[in-house]
Amino acid sequence: MSITIARSLDHALTTLHENPDALILAGGTDLMVQINRGYLNELSTVIAVNRIPELQGWKQQDDTLVLGAGLTYAEMEKSDFAAVAPALAQAARTVGSPQIRNAGTLGGNLGTASPAGDTLPVLAALDAVICLRSAQGARRLPILEFITGVKNNARQPGELIEEVHIPAAQGHQEFCKIGPRNAMVISVASLALIVDQQNKKVRLGLGTVGPVPLRPAEAEEHLSTNVNWAANTVSAATLDQFSTLAAAAARPIDDHRGTAAYRRHAIGVMARRTAARAFTEETA
Amino acid sequence: MTDIQITSPVSAPRIGESAPRPDGVPKVTGTFTFSSDLWHNNMLWGGTLRSPHPSANIKSIDISGALAINGVSAVLTHTDVPGSLLYGLEHADQPVLAADVVRYEGESVAIVAADHPETVRRALAAIVVDYQVTAPLVDPEAAEQAEPIHPDGNLIRRLRLRHGDQNIQGEIQVEGTYEVGMQDQAFLGPESGLALPSEDGGVELFVSTQWLHSDRDQVAVCLGLPPEKVRFTLSGVGGAFGAREDLSLHAHLCLLALHTGRPVKMVYSREESFHGHVHRHPARMWYRHHADTDGNLLRVEARLILDGGAYASSSGAVISNATCFAAGPYLIPSADIDGAVVRTNNPPCGAMRGFGAVQTCVGHEAQMDKLAAALGMDPVELRLKNALKSGDKLLTGQTITGAAPVAEVIKSCVDHPSTLIPSDDMMSLPGGAGRTADPHHIVRGQAMAVGFKNLLFSEGFDDYSSAICHLVDGVATITCACAEVGQGFVTLAQQITREVLGVEEVILAPAATATVGSAGSTSASRQTWMSGGAVQKACEAVRQQLLERIADQHQVNLDDLVLVDGQIVSLSGNFSLDLATATTEPLEADIEYHHAPTYPVDENGQGDAHVSFAFAAHRAVVDVDPELGLVKVVELTTSQDVGRLLNPLQAVGQLEGGASQGVGLAVMEEVLVTEGRIRNASFTDYLIPTALDMPPVEIAAFIEQPEPGAPFGAKGIGEPPSISSTAAVVAALRDATKRELPRVPVRPTDIVQLEDDTP
Ligand SMILES: Cc1cc2nc3c(=O)[nH]c(=O)nc-3n(C[C@H](O)[C@H](O)[C@H](O)COP(=O)(O)OP(=O)(O)OC[C@H]3O[C@@H](n4cnc5c(N)ncnc54)[C@H](O)[C@@H]3O)c2cc1C
Repeated sequence: MSITIARSLDHALTTLHENPDALILAGGTDLMVQINRGYLNELSTVIAVNRIPELQGWKQQDDTLVLGAGLTYAEMEKSDFAAVAPALAQAARTVGSPQIRNAGTLGGNLGTASPAGDTLPVLAALDAVICLRSAQGARRLPILEFITGVKNNARQPGELIEEVHIPAAQGHQEFCKIGPRNAMVISVASLALIVDQQNKKVRLGLGTVGPVPLRPAEAEEHLSTNVNWAANTVSAATLDQFSTLAAAAARPIDDHRGTAAYRRHAIGVMARRTAARAFTEETA
Repeated sequence: MTDIQITSPVSAPRIGESAPRPDGVPKVTGTFTFSSDLWHNNMLWGGTLRSPHPSANIKSIDISGALAINGVSAVLTHTDVPGSLLYGLEHADQPVLAADVVRYEGESVAIVAADHPETVRRALAAIVVDYQVTAPLVDPEAAEQAEPIHPDGNLIRRLRLRHGDQNIQGEIQVEGTYEVGMQDQAFLGPESGLALPSEDGGVELFVSTQWLHSDRDQVAVCLGLPPEKVRFTLSGVGGAFGAREDLSLHAHLCLLALHTGRPVKMVYSREESFHGHVHRHPARMWYRHHADTDGNLLRVEARLILDGGAYASSSGAVISNATCFAAGPYLIPSADIDGAVVRTNNPPCGAMRGFGAVQTCVGHEAQMDKLAAALGMDPVELRLKNALKSGDKLLTGQTITGAAPVAEVIKSCVDHPSTLIPSDDMMSLPGGAGRTADPHHIVRGQAMAVGFKNLLFSEGFDDYSSAICHLVDGVATITCACAEVGQGFVTLAQQITREVLGVEEVILAPAATATVGSAGSTSASRQTWMSGGAVQKACEAVRQQLLERIADQHQVNLDDLVLVDGQIVSLSGNFSLDLATATTEPLEADIEYHHAPTYPVDENGQGDAHVSFAFAAHRAVVDVDPELGLVKVVELTTSQDVGRLLNPLQAVGQLEGGASQGVGLAVMEEVLVTEGRIRNASFTDYLIPTALDMPPVEIAAFIEQPEPGAPFGAKGIGEPPSISSTAAVVAALRDATKRELPRVPVRPTDIVQLEDDTP
């Protein structure tokens, strides 16, 4: 077994080119758990990417928010980041414990592609684009094309997740997550609501209620067309319908963390509540 | 905390003063040596092959593939156990290594020693076991009628308790069925130890445990060695709470060390640990309470069934407690209680803090609230009206001769002013970091509960502890095999020694089987009383020897001599001698301390089975998001009967820690078992309260009524905090949600109650 601690993006990409099936190690908060459980026995080459300067941090580039794959939750929680991407900051705060948030990265969350990955519904609602790079070149995939199934993504051997691009949007953002504990809990259901004031659109991302993050188009459409954008208000009936449509779009399963019925119900409740935070509910 | 003064720790604390734990700072800073940190340069690593099936016959075990792996020193199965194949705390019914049948998922089948943990892993994977899988028996209610899954049968113990006039009927009757899920002790330090072969053909084991001598005796029988050739020493314990009362890797490590002639270390993984120790018994409980229209309790009927899992462990004693304490700390003239603990192919259950009284407290306190509602009476008033007091009879017919301040704990707890400060921080609402609720979604509930249990071992068990006090040059050394698992014996032994001998410096020798007799188990809230008592008696014996020697040497009257602050002085005047000078010749006493005898119960469950009892009350305030079923315990207040407070700082720690385990059981902690398989054997999915789930514990009062017969009048305080805390939280959730919530832990779905939901 060999371990390469990559010091630059080129270094990582060359090593990856020579060992396309190498295991990529970022914060290790998912990977090491899998190794300890014996899921990844045949370790050959490991490439550690958490010291690559090009993958660190985030920046604003014209109309795009550029997030490095190595961006940690601890950095996402900070107030400067929360000012530009509040829902992601809120999602980051719900991840694990401070230790996990110091080590765990956005790229790792995408790499694992767990249905319970907390950034995924937010990235879905933000219309995020995943930038992959290999020694041969780069390609970009919308988040919903990148995540292909339960713990599956479209990354090809030899490719590295380099960046996540988020188109700038002005408007209220919300992230909510359900777990039977008040912190440090794996999601039972989660939801992100992003208001795009400029385009008068509300976008909704659902997490943990399907094999991949979901975008309930009907619910989004219903809310977007029925909001009073001038007054920033919404009727109770619209909220109710939005809630019903969001819940109907969920594709949850029963497992030891929660039942499908509860998950669907919770999506409906969170949808209504987050929309009521974004827009004032009109009094009848 | 308004009335409790915690004095800041003093340098050489005596009885009643706050003594800081010597292991406190090292544990917080990460320098404490746990048993998992043990190391020997020449050591091998051990590992265990476990059954993947809850129930199967073993047709063959082929170890040849494992033995062929480079670096593997030993692969052992049941045929390599030289002595008895079976061990157990109360009954030897559990195989050291499974022979022809496995009865629970995770049962040990083979053990390996090799040069590296990775080699161990590969060796375990190379062992081929041919299992013939059989249908597991998983329903405790069907167990008694089912085919026996063990030669000892499926009924581990049944107790019938008949008390008073069996024909009494109350004008007011309330009935209920309650269920408690399987809780785990969730200690943080996994099972671990290091065994070394000795030159005399024996073996030494360094291990974290609750009772060294019992472990040693059980292992010696399995090894076929005389007990004196098997030497166990306590190493750093990372929590216990009952989960270290049974053997886990002890016999395996000794077998491997003896077989290889090398030191062998083993550390369970977290997942393995969930399979490697017993849990709290899940319970199903039916109750009917009878009262007159004034609210006087007349009779209680109950049917209790506990799931013991595959092996007996301490199930017999747990069901005895559950039965005896089934109705709570109330005076009830008539009772008919049937308690059974059965064998199934579920994970084995045994000791956990509260030991049978936790489950029944959930039941009897729910019943008391139901009864209060039926009577239209205040639930606190109903409890006070029926509260046990000293001189009253228990349901076992035993008269309480010691302190029983039930009314006092209830009153002080409920009268304590609430210190809740309203907060609109979203993080402090139910849902916490998940930001699911706004303040207007939240409803609040409040309720209280009271509970009790026995202290020390019961039912005629010859319970004792041993201690040696050695005094030389004014320095006392205490040798006692009491397992320090976090309860605070290490500070207490020093406090007691200072108190009795007036010395400053007290050294605690390692706890080991080779140097001193048994201290009994660190369980049943017993070590302060039992090993504390042994230390006190040993010190008193040394003091007596010393004073006699001085009286003799200096021709002074023995009756006039006293020991104060490092001086021996004569009350009649002119004699005084420095303790250090007086003890250049060492003095020593080795004593065994027994508590007052107890007796088995008769065929009606009647008898003086217990030594003493301790009581506590909790008041809980909860916030609930009814639409999502998410909860937050926002305030927890407690009062506890402690006899006498010996180390206030430590006492606060016990009350806080015990309550947090109680809160955990109320709202989240459950080992989920389906068809005999654990579905959440990790701290990812076995949830315990975080700082956002556990409010600060408000201590309304330590009720100090010295207990007759107890050293310094002090009662054990470890268990009561985890008895009524669960019941109080669940009751507060009922108050907030107006739901029955007959099962703990209360899940979000129990609160939301969706129509199409089938958990
Ligand atoms: C105690 C605990 C609590 C947790 N709680 C949460 C939680 O609340 N919410 C949540 O969403 N997750 C949680 N997790 C999971 C984990 O922390 C996150 O998924 C985290 O984002 C993983 O990031 P990492 O940097 O540690 O990834 P790693 O473990 O290093 O890698 C994860 C996967 O991504 C791949 N990968 C990493 N970086 C790249 C890259 N640049 N390019 C290509 N592939 C890459 C790896 O090869 C691997 O397959 C928890 C984990 C633990 C141990």
